[in-house]
Amino acid sequence: MISCALRPSSSRRKPGPILLFGKKIKMDPGFRRDDGATLVARFLLATLLALSTFAHAIEPLPFKDHAEELRFQALTKQLRCLVCQNESLADSQAPLAADLRHDVFEQMQAGKSDEEIKRWLTARYSDFVLYDPPLHAATWLLWFGPALALIAGAGAIFVIVRKRARLATSTGATPARAADAEDDW
Amino acid sequence: MNARFLPLAGFALVFALLGFGIWWSGRHDPREVPSPLINKPAPTFSLPTLDDPSKKIGNQDLAGQPYLLNVFASWCFACRDEHPILMQEGKRLGVKLVGFNYKDEPADAKRWIAQFGDPYDLIIADLPGDVAIDFGVTGAPETFLVDANGVIRYKYISPITPEIIATELLPRIALMKQGAPR
Repeated sequence: MISCALRPSSSRRKPGPILLFGKKIKMDPGFRRDDGATLVARFLLATLLALSTFAHAIEPLPFKDHAEELRFQALTKQLRCLVCQNESLADSQAPLAADLRHDVFEQMQAGKSDEEIKRWLTARYSDFVLYDPPLHAATWLLWFGPALALIAGAGAIFVIVRKRARLATSTGATPARAADAEDDW
Repeated sequence: MNARFLPLAGFALVFALLGFGIWWSGRHDPREVPSPLINKPAPTFSLPTLDDPSKKIGNQDLAGQPYLLNVFASWCFACRDEHPILMQEGKRLGVKLVGFNYKDEPADAKRWIAQFGDPYDLIIADLPGDVAIDFGVTGAPETFLVDANGVIRYKYISPITPEIIATELLPRIALMKQGAPR
């Protein structure tokens, strides 16, 4: 994010005298003056240049139209980078992610559907590459576990409440009182 | 059942679940990408050798005997840790050791091999990294054990250790040599 914001400013910067704390610093190409100020200026320049190459790490792809670009963005956001695993393929600057983005792009050009591209990736990298886990035997508990826990909890509360209500009636309370006991719960 | 112990039972259940999670993650690397290629034929490839780019090596050149495919690169730090182990143990494995030079400049790779030694029977070079993607490679080093029929039987991510060789590789290689690959 930061690198993206930095890119335009660094590329739009016009060549001219470098200002450091309001002072002009001469950069004489014939004579290397390694005084402190020049060193700082060189360091700043090097940092800026380093950041600008960093911003170019996510390479532009020749999309046919905006719709195709949107489809590409949507698809790569659902895919996990195998190197920096908490980044999506859309955001990652790992070389492998760049290669995979290229493969995804090429397959889109070849007319493959999103599902086909995902299948191509999972055949190599397993479901790990998908942020959204598909439903099958191994992920059954993952998908329905929370609902099961909810049902079990509701069942437990139901049993306890009924037990208390019965306890209240058996000690001589009227059904109305039993209802009060439920409210207290 | 005494209802007073219900919260305690609930607590014990959650405690057991979290404890299991800690135990499990101590034994499994959650970052490790499981390979769907285990017990499947190795992807088709034809790659130039590092020494002679005009000479290509493909599946059929390696078929007929098991081999160990070791993904390495000169830019890979962990490969330097692994390298001495391959130098020492490589010949004792009893299978062909194939180096898979991954996204590496040939000149850099040759310099690296000249500096640290060559444990490999042959080295194939994948500069674009396309074949590596077909193999589901996520980085280097990674190692694949392929049987005589060209089927991937085992994959190990991160540097090989003498322990991995003894407990994972040698038993599988012994089984393959008996002609009963599992």
